[in-house]
Amino acid sequence: MSAISYTDPFPASLHNTGRPVRPQLHLPGLGKQQQTLHTLGTRVDERQSRGSVGTHLLLCRRPAGHKRYKSQANMALKIVKGSIDRMFDKNLQDLVRGIRNHKEEEAKYISTCIDEIKQELKQDNIAVKANAVCKLTYLQMLGYDVSWAAFNIVEVMSSSKFTYKRIGYLAASQCFHESTDVIMLTTNQIRKDLSSPNQYDTGVALTGLSCFVTPDLARDLANDIMTLYPESLRPAFPRLKEKLEDPDPGVQSAAVNVICELARRNPKNYLSLAPLFFKLMTSSTNNWVLIKIIKLFGALTPLEPRLGKKLIEPLTNLIHSVDFVVLGMPNHSASIQLCVQKLRILIEDSDQNCEPSVNACMKYLGLLAMSKILKTHPKSVQSHKDLILQCLDDKDESIRLRALDLLYGMVSKKNLMEIVKKLMLHVDKAEGTTYRDELLTKIIDICTRATTSTSPTSNGPSHNLVHQYPGGADPVRGHTARPSHRLSDAGRGHPGQSHPRICCRPDGHSLLDNAHTLLTGNVQRKGICEVLYAAAWICGNSQKAMLRPKVATLPGHIQAVYVQNAAKLFATVLKSGEGSADSTAAQEMMIERLPLFASCILQLVKYIQKLQQKDVEIAEEVIALFAGELNPVAPKAQKKVPVPEGLDLDAWINEPPSESESEDEQPRAIFSKEEPKYSRPRHTEVDEKELAKRREVRKQEQASNPFYIKSSPSSQKVYQEGPGVEHIPVVQIDLTVPLKYVKLEEERRQKDRADKKKKEKKKRKEKRGGGRGKKHDSGPESEEDITPAHMVDIVTEEMPENALPSDDDDKDPNDPHKALDIDLDNLVQKAVIRPLADSEKLPVRSHRAADVLKSPTEDVEAERTVVSQEPKKKSSKEKKEKKKDKDRKKSKEEKKKKKHKHEDKGEDLLGGQEDELVVQSEETSEVAAPPTSTTAECPLTPSDAGGEESVQNGTVEEEEEEEEPLPPMSNYCLLAENSYIKMMLEDADQVNDIQGNLQDGSQVVVSVIFENKCESFLKSMEFNVLDSLNSKLQRPEGSGAHDGLTVPFQLPPGQVSNEARFVFTMQSIVMPQKLKGTLTFIVKNEDSSTHEKLEFKLHFTCTSYLITTPCYSDAFAKLLESGDLKCSSRIDSCASMYSRSIQGHHVCLLVKTVSEPKNLYPLQILIFITYYCVFLLNLILSLPQSEQTVSIDAKCDEPTLLGNVLDEIKQTFSQC
Amino acid sequence: MLPTSLSSASTMIKAILIFNNHGKPRLSKFYEHYNEDTEQQIIRETFHLVSKRDENVCNFLEGGMLIGGSDYKLIYRHYATLYFVFCVDSSESELGILDLIQVFVETLDKCFENVCELDLIFHVDKVHNILAEMVMGGMVLETNMNEIIMQVDAQNKMEKSEAGIAGAPARAVSAVKNMNLPEMPRNINIGDISIKVPNLPSFK
Repeated sequence: MSAISYTDPFPASLHNTGRPVRPQLHLPGLGKQQQTLHTLGTRVDERQSRGSVGTHLLLCRRPAGHKRYKSQANMALKIVKGSIDRMFDKNLQDLVRGIRNHKEEEAKYISTCIDEIKQELKQDNIAVKANAVCKLTYLQMLGYDVSWAAFNIVEVMSSSKFTYKRIGYLAASQCFHESTDVIMLTTNQIRKDLSSPNQYDTGVALTGLSCFVTPDLARDLANDIMTLYPESLRPAFPRLKEKLEDPDPGVQSAAVNVICELARRNPKNYLSLAPLFFKLMTSSTNNWVLIKIIKLFGALTPLEPRLGKKLIEPLTNLIHSVDFVVLGMPNHSASIQLCVQKLRILIEDSDQNCEPSVNACMKYLGLLAMSKILKTHPKSVQSHKDLILQCLDDKDESIRLRALDLLYGMVSKKNLMEIVKKLMLHVDKAEGTTYRDELLTKIIDICTRATTSTSPTSNGPSHNLVHQYPGGADPVRGHTARPSHRLSDAGRGHPGQSHPRICCRPDGHSLLDNAHTLLTGNVQRKGICEVLYAAAWICGNSQKAMLRPKVATLPGHIQAVYVQNAAKLFATVLKSGEGSADSTAAQEMMIERLPLFASCILQLVKYIQKLQQKDVEIAEEVIALFAGELNPVAPKAQKKVPVPEGLDLDAWINEPPSESESEDEQPRAIFSKEEPKYSRPRHTEVDEKELAKRREVRKQEQASNPFYIKSSPSSQKVYQEGPGVEHIPVVQIDLTVPLKYVKLEEERRQKDRADKKKKEKKKRKEKRGGGRGKKHDSGPESEEDITPAHMVDIVTEEMPENALPSDDDDKDPNDPHKALDIDLDNLVQKAVIRPLADSEKLPVRSHRAADVLKSPTEDVEAERTVVSQEPKKKSSKEKKEKKKDKDRKKSKEEKKKKKHKHEDKGEDLLGGQEDELVVQSEETSEVAAPPTSTTAECPLTPSDAGGEESVQNGTVEEEEEEEEPLPPMSNYCLLAENSYIKMMLEDADQVNDIQGNLQDGSQVVVSVIFENKCESFLKSMEFNVLDSLNSKLQRPEGSGAHDGLTVPFQLPPGQVSNEARFVFTMQSIVMPQKLKGTLTFIVKNEDSSTHEKLEFKLHFTCTSYLITTPCYSDAFAKLLESGDLKCSSRIDSCASMYSRSIQGHHVCLLVKTVSEPKNLYPLQILIFITYYCVFLLNLILSLPQSEQTVSIDAKCDEPTLLGNVLDEIKQTFSQC
Repeated sequence: MLPTSLSSASTMIKAILIFNNHGKPRLSKFYEHYNEDTEQQIIRETFHLVSKRDENVCNFLEGGMLIGGSDYKLIYRHYATLYFVFCVDSSESELGILDLIQVFVETLDKCFENVCELDLIFHVDKVHNILAEMVMGGMVLETNMNEIIMQVDAQNKMEKSEAGIAGAPARAVSAVKNMNLPEMPRNINIGDISIKVPNLPSFK
């Protein structure tokens, strides 16, 4: 290869062939090369064709036709090929060059290039592939979709060579995203790279991962990343804290970065770190770190006033030494004064030595900082109004916008007129649509606010503003839509017939008159019309103008406003002098013109006329029509109206029209033919047998299904090893956990209550303060008249009565930081607000506690047989069944063999034939289990009364607890009922028995039992549920979205029941939801048949989506591995639970009773990899109690789900 | 639709764009996923916003609607024929980002030896690699130029050692391809030796 030189880049042998190879090299594709080879008579398969040069070399040395050389040749070929063929591939540079040389037909050229790349991607050679992928990355930047090559990108990523790996990861980071399906293929590769000894492999993988990480990837790789950063990123708060003092500045700044990001939303968790940061601030020389720390302090100082004082000195030093301080000012007036002065200098003086753009930057930043200060210390900023007004003249739009924003915030009663006047001056010379638009909006905003507090003053500006519009078509165009709405708000601000209208009148008049000049000029631009809409509101005068025939050409909604206001005006005129010439003229005009609009007002006017002819005084009554204040309605008002109970907005008011009558009829006809099949006597018996059979079949299916997670004895082995993890007792999640509540300390509760009250009061106060408009202020030194403008807005907007007080909608659902905003206080408070019943120890109904934590046991469902005739027997039987279930679960875990046996006996006695099978299978599993497992991993204290219950549950009881015998509980809860039919759902805790389907995470099964309550035959039952966005009832193919599902059986009279299952598809299971549905059926008597309907509500709770999953202690320990769970500490009673949701979210719960009074654990939230979705939440929910605390540590990789699950747990607690 | 993940979690830097005076993209790095069309639209809109601004005005720009909305700012610098635009959220310090852009450009200058637009055009992959050393997933990793260059060099070295001898011909060919052929003399005359340069195919 050394033969390559500038003058002759190709090996001599190449020339020897005498083939004109080179000219072809730049041709796209390989077609020509192949041709060349064929002319040589060499058979080279397509894959080898790229090694053409190598082939030539070899061909020269051997006589053609010697087959034995051929395979050797091929071998050698492959080796040589790799390096040589790369020479002829178009690389990235060639591609770029090609594109530049084909400027006219770029798209065409690129499409040929893409074809080439597709060919290259088919090659085995990874170098060729990497080159192709590299080119694709470039094309992606140009806007070409390259997702089709995702798999090839994964291939290149998994190359062992760093060079290619880097190319692959770059491509992936540019074009992979959550819905890229091959992304799951990368998990193992990334894991491998993360743990690679080569730091650059790791770096490349991390960089890539940071761009295309998905929740799934994050969940799978969280542990790997944690082990990657054992030093700096371990998601343990203390560790992070340690790292703040790390000698390595890099680690230090990373830690600061992470904490700052964490603290952005909920800074109070980080108050304890303030001293550390303080130290860092005074010692660090790294500007990045300093900026971050100062920002952090900005968030912390409002929470801890003393901090502000402490900060003055170092900050002052900083301000003096550095020329700028970037925002986040601590709350102290002295330092603020200094800052503002500094900022003034920054804004005012341009340094001659600096570039003008640098000065502009400083100016901008100065203004930005001032607007931050303004929010807390308006007075300090007010004094620099002159300077800010100057900035309005700046040529830079960014600076002008900033200054405008600042002025807007500075408006107070005193300076309102002055500022508005100044702003008005600028409207004329304003350049740039954005700025002009903003300026107008701001002026109108100020005026709107002003109308509520100081009405007379506001007319001036709105007067002027209106003049802005008719001034000509030009200035209006483009930016009318937004201001016009504000304008109409302003107009509505002086409602009805009150004083300000008088001032507005001439303007409105002229505007409306002008409207005709605009309209006649054939300019029916949307924007202008909108202005008219607003203007019509403002003045509501000049019927003449409003009722002109031309108006009819305006859009409908504006016409409506016109007519409305014309009527309003008419009322005023009427009042001013009934019977006067003025009013009669108006009346005549109304009658004459109104037919044009086909409005009911015409009838009104005619009626008035009639009455007037009878000399009835009518003016007062007419004016009453328009009485009442018209305030601007808050944008959220509609949302806040609570939906009255029983009103379902999604429900049809009338039955939806059926698609076609004949279709409706058809299935019924078919059904009636089948009727004989379901003869009554056969029905019940067959059902029982059949169910047993079905159950068996299902069991076999499950056994052979690799996805079905069941209790297999073999996997238990894992359990015994790992000596270090025995302290984590792993209990199946559906075991009953009796949580004991000792009565609450009275004072504590009272205090809590008092606190709560206080808070509420405060809230109310705040609200009232807001209601009065200006009373409320936060600035310590601000006076009333310089209240920051931001506060006033609250007043003007009208809320509906009984609007929900929630502030939820203030939070933008798309707020990227939403995830960080976790209100711990609330969580705890909720728990406190609903204290447990005092004065007595209430035994927790173990069922309940367990049910919340448990998942629906999918295999149980089979056992739920047809309801028997006697309800009492039924319930006891079912209860027993349930017990058995639990037992079975337990036996899988092999917790308490002994107890279990005892249970088995009882079951044998109680259980019928169907139980036989189950018991047998249990026993086999026990036999297979190693005997060591008998040692209880969870400390056990069998209690006497109701001991069986507690033992069953496999958890600890407190000695002092007295337990009542549990009331017999039905496994079925009523779903809906009428005189004909009863619908029931399994489950004791009113939670619908929803069975997750692990194979398909989006499906849940709901079993409903239908019971005939009347003496008639029930048939043609149709089950229908209104689909929501999130959940859909699965219907057979071909049926519409609103069609009901036919229940596949009929119910003969006499308490006959049967079970039907319905499959729902869920998009997301992280939130609980309610679905409304109807059941329609025909009641058939001997002589008549009637259609009946039953409505019901299905409630899907989060906990029902959780599935019991065996989890072995080491895996569990790994999941819990965060360094913060106090599993190792001495805990006399605890139970840990693990569960998976049907969509694969992990949920770990550690329920503890802490017997000694000790300090509550600090409430902490640790968020790891904050900017993406690995969300390890360590939440310690402590119920304050005198002696005993029940705490639940929960972890989940899906915060919403966890939150909802915890809510449900809390709800259960509060019910107890 | 209910939120199923924290997919729109926070990143401090949302996007980094480099385009030339005509709006041609030279590098685009989005730390949040958009489809290709949206990306192109963002680039176009950003160019439109940035290019109409004077040289002497400040380097911050609010109000680009496509990325992020009101919490986001464009912070840009204009070097010769190229605009370097960072789209960041309010948690980022404006001057800090300006400084970062400066470090980025200086690093490019060191790595490419007198960087010009052509370097970015032909070696966008390398620019990406350099950027990856500075910013990861929207967070600033490293602002020390020497450290960045050291790491970039180390990786380049690794790449070379991996290619080994096998990489030599490819490098040679690419060197040839990169030569400005039309400017090569047809004949080279040194004293009485005359070398005729053969007609080379155009690789352009």
